[in-house]
Amino acid sequence: MLIDVTKCIGCRGCQVACKNWNQLPAEKTQFQSSYENPPEFLPYTWTRVTFNEIGEGDNLQWCFAKRQCMHCREAVCVMVCPVEAAHKTKLGTVDIDQGKCTGCGLCQIYCPFDVPKVDQEIKKAFKCRLCLDRIANNLPPACVQACPTGALQFGEEQAMVTVAEARVAALQRNGHPKAMLYGKGYAQVIYVLGDVPANYKIPVYQGPPSVSYLWEWALKPVKSLFAVGSILAVLGNYSGLSAAKTEEEKEGNVA
Amino acid sequence: MTNHWIDYRNADVIMAIGANTAENHPISMKWINRAREKGAKFIVVDPRFTRTAAVADLYAPIRPGTDIAFLGGLINYVFEKKLYHEEYIKNYTNASYLINSSYQFKEGLFSGFDGQKYDKKSWAYQTNAEGKPLQDPTLQNPQCVFQLMKRHYARYDAETVSQVTGCPKEKFLQVAEAFCSTGQPGKVGNILYAMGITQHTYGSQNVRATAILQLLLGNIGLAGGGVNAQRGESNVQGSTDFGLLYNYLPGYLGCPKASAHPTLAAYLEKETPKSGYWSNKPKFLISLLKAWWGEAATKENDFAYNYLPKYDGDHSHIAFFEDMSAGKIKGLFAWGQNPAVGGPQANLERRALEKLDWLVAIDLFETETASFWKRPGVNPTGIKTEVFLLPAAASYEKEGSIANSGRWIQWRFQATKPPGEAKSDLWIAYKLGQAIKTAYAQGGVFPDPILKLTWDYGEGEEPDIAKVAQEINGFTVADRKLLLNFSKLAADGTTACGNWIFSGYYNDVANPPCKRREKETSGIGSHPNWAFAWPLNRRILYNRCSSNPAGQPWDPETPVIWWENNEWKCNDVPDFGWKTPEGAMIPPAESAQKPFIMNPEQQARLFASGLADGPFPEHYEPVESPVVNLISKQQDDPIAARWPSSKQGLAAVGSPDYPYIGTTYRVSEHWQSGIMTRNSPWLNELMPNMFVELSPNLARRLGISNGDQVAINSKRGEIRAFACVTPRIKPLKIGNREVEVIGLPWHWGYRGFAVGESANVLTPHVGDANTTIPEYKAFLCNVRKVR
Repeated sequence: MLIDVTKCIGCRGCQVACKNWNQLPAEKTQFQSSYENPPEFLPYTWTRVTFNEIGEGDNLQWCFAKRQCMHCREAVCVMVCPVEAAHKTKLGTVDIDQGKCTGCGLCQIYCPFDVPKVDQEIKKAFKCRLCLDRIANNLPPACVQACPTGALQFGEEQAMVTVAEARVAALQRNGHPKAMLYGKGYAQVIYVLGDVPANYKIPVYQGPPSVSYLWEWALKPVKSLFAVGSILAVLGNYSGLSAAKTEEEKEGNVA
Repeated sequence: MTNHWIDYRNADVIMAIGANTAENHPISMKWINRAREKGAKFIVVDPRFTRTAAVADLYAPIRPGTDIAFLGGLINYVFEKKLYHEEYIKNYTNASYLINSSYQFKEGLFSGFDGQKYDKKSWAYQTNAEGKPLQDPTLQNPQCVFQLMKRHYARYDAETVSQVTGCPKEKFLQVAEAFCSTGQPGKVGNILYAMGITQHTYGSQNVRATAILQLLLGNIGLAGGGVNAQRGESNVQGSTDFGLLYNYLPGYLGCPKASAHPTLAAYLEKETPKSGYWSNKPKFLISLLKAWWGEAATKENDFAYNYLPKYDGDHSHIAFFEDMSAGKIKGLFAWGQNPAVGGPQANLERRALEKLDWLVAIDLFETETASFWKRPGVNPTGIKTEVFLLPAAASYEKEGSIANSGRWIQWRFQATKPPGEAKSDLWIAYKLGQAIKTAYAQGGVFPDPILKLTWDYGEGEEPDIAKVAQEINGFTVADRKLLLNFSKLAADGTTACGNWIFSGYYNDVANPPCKRREKETSGIGSHPNWAFAWPLNRRILYNRCSSNPAGQPWDPETPVIWWENNEWKCNDVPDFGWKTPEGAMIPPAESAQKPFIMNPEQQARLFASGLADGPFPEHYEPVESPVVNLISKQQDDPIAARWPSSKQGLAAVGSPDYPYIGTTYRVSEHWQSGIMTRNSPWLNELMPNMFVELSPNLARRLGISNGDQVAINSKRGEIRAFACVTPRIKPLKIGNREVEVIGLPWHWGYRGFAVGESANVLTPHVGDANTTIPEYKAFLCNVRKVR
């Protein structure tokens, strides 16, 4: 998926489309000092547009950036999840299996983009699923479908990178010398930025921090134990976990 | 719009002035971005740094209410730098016409002012013995329009413009250079406007100023050009087309006046010009009368002309609320309208509703208007008005046509059934009509217009909308065969047509043009087989001007209509005489001086005597202004519409009690008075509360921090809101003073899930000199911290 923030007008059709398709409840919010709301990702707010006022006077810029899960190639949430709830799907997206999730919050703590959020009442983590149920049926994610300006595009990775690189080159030629491609290589959600990431309050990120490898290594025994447990459970005709495992396949069959 | 949304992609420069297009018309940005991908420049002129400004190539701030100073400055720049499109203005406009030698402009007033209104005699063309206007094709005669205009706007130099508008001189010159570059052939500029242009006491003149600039630059009639009014509601174009306003019948036929038009002969005599396409007006009116009264409309009874209601006086929005306040109105249908939030001086309008015997509110939710009797601070037991609430279906719960800003009439199909007892507007109107007919069958003062009205739309519970559409399209009376289009209308009673401009949109029952959905595969984006555009499926108005007098396109990359190999080639439906009735091509010389067929002179009017407040737009201050007029001694528009209540309700010029300029606006997340969007939790999540935008400079001075509760008051009332302190609002330097602007979204009210106070409590009861549209966009207020 490509997010071209230079075409974003901050209308937030994507935010509403996400809640609509995924049937997520509205948050009770209050005016926060700018147009931005909700102020952060929440268990049931999976995408949001940030409104960043940069500079002042003649140099004032109002930078909009749609944020969501980056669906990292090497996803920290997957690496640190002790129960394999955070996982890579067959389509390559990063998903959280709430059937397995214990709400430990490690994904929330270690995600470099501060994306997953735990509903503390039910002890489950949630985040953007890249509309797995839509893309498995050859539909674009709901946010992409709703975007009026073409700021959001969805397609094969190489095609998106080609579009993005051409756009960055065009922007650099036309008065945006700092325009850049962001996320290529390590994320499957990539950005065309008109300026440096800081203007959009997007962290500079190059890949998983070493601590996450440490976590992955440290958690291996736990993960193995859990895997053994689930096999036993299946053998014992307890189908809850295996049903959750095949969820994506089921969604894939929804015509 | 002269053009249409998709056509934006063909522009070289786009200027949005008084239009927050990214926020209020998000889809426009798709096409603006297409133009920019090909190198176009996007300019935004706005008092606030909006989401539109954020994505612009060039942003120029402007003080609310000074658009004529800004546009007049651009006009002057065009003259100074000789950037006008000379061949275009000589052939297609009245630049060469000579104006009466007694015409004058002095100290802000045009000749003929009697202290109340203008006698327009001195604004007329000089004519020869046959009544034909005299012209000077060299444009040298000091009394020709070109010279008069040049002199008129010579006062609007960049320095003066900057002093009046608060736009820094360099910024203004950057805009001037970028936009006025489109005067050269092959370059096209597009002006987008909306309520920021119209909602002023001189709103009509603001629009005129955009049209004049576009004509001087040769930007009307071309792909990528035009003056494009972006309508604020999805079908407001359609409702205007159908005579939503009190003074129009469908198709922009003026309503007959009791004093001037007692008979059909008087109406036709006074309202039908001798030349131009409006000379067909009798066909349009008589066919309308036939559609409405059928067999009861005969040649002998003047086609039932006496059944048409006649009016005198002003019954526009503010006027009828003033009348309501004075107890002159007994009942009101508020049908998809919420004046308790959307009307100016809202407290006055809310109180006026208390004077009604009855109120029928038809809407999706219980609006603030419907619940005025239980609004905060009033005692319901003291209010006698009987209120009826009729639940209405939403747009996706019914079928029907919808006309967009580009005049495209598209059929919208029913997606789902309305909830509960909600009914379509058509059902409500139909049943109401039947009930009124039943009541009048018992007798009445003048029952014939009701009893004889054709009201026959099928046997079903829901009226057959296809039958309504056919009546609108028009048919021959003898055999009820649908008319191809309005060229087939007659003035002898043999044709019936409910709205002549729509004629052709539903001329085939099996495959009505408004239901077509075929995309264009090549061309200039006209998509002629997608829906139907009025008039005659024409996508770009005045398109003869897209080519030079010899018929060669000014812009060969996006030609609209051009002459090649002895015939007209078309990327659109020609808007001029191009074919004889027998089908022979009419060579370009014939139409070269008649490209504006709706005007009797068939050329565009740089100088126009039609408006009440002057033949040229002239800068005046808003009725409430912090400063004196720096351009002339005339402070405000001398013809501005005022009412008794406005006299006590206005702050004086430069009032120290109300030192700041207030301006109202909308945001993407809410719609109009908010009644649909404030009842949607997902949208409330995005924009939960009423807020006001103010500059960090002013906030510092008043001790206000971001997120504080503030009170904003005007001579009309006071409201509370959250403070949104933002560098996107900047103080403006006006003359030697610094003036602060306060931005107020007007979406909130006391009903719905998300409540908040209404900005329109602050706005005044004053209106445009020509249309009486309220001056929502510039008024005086004060602000203070509450907590």
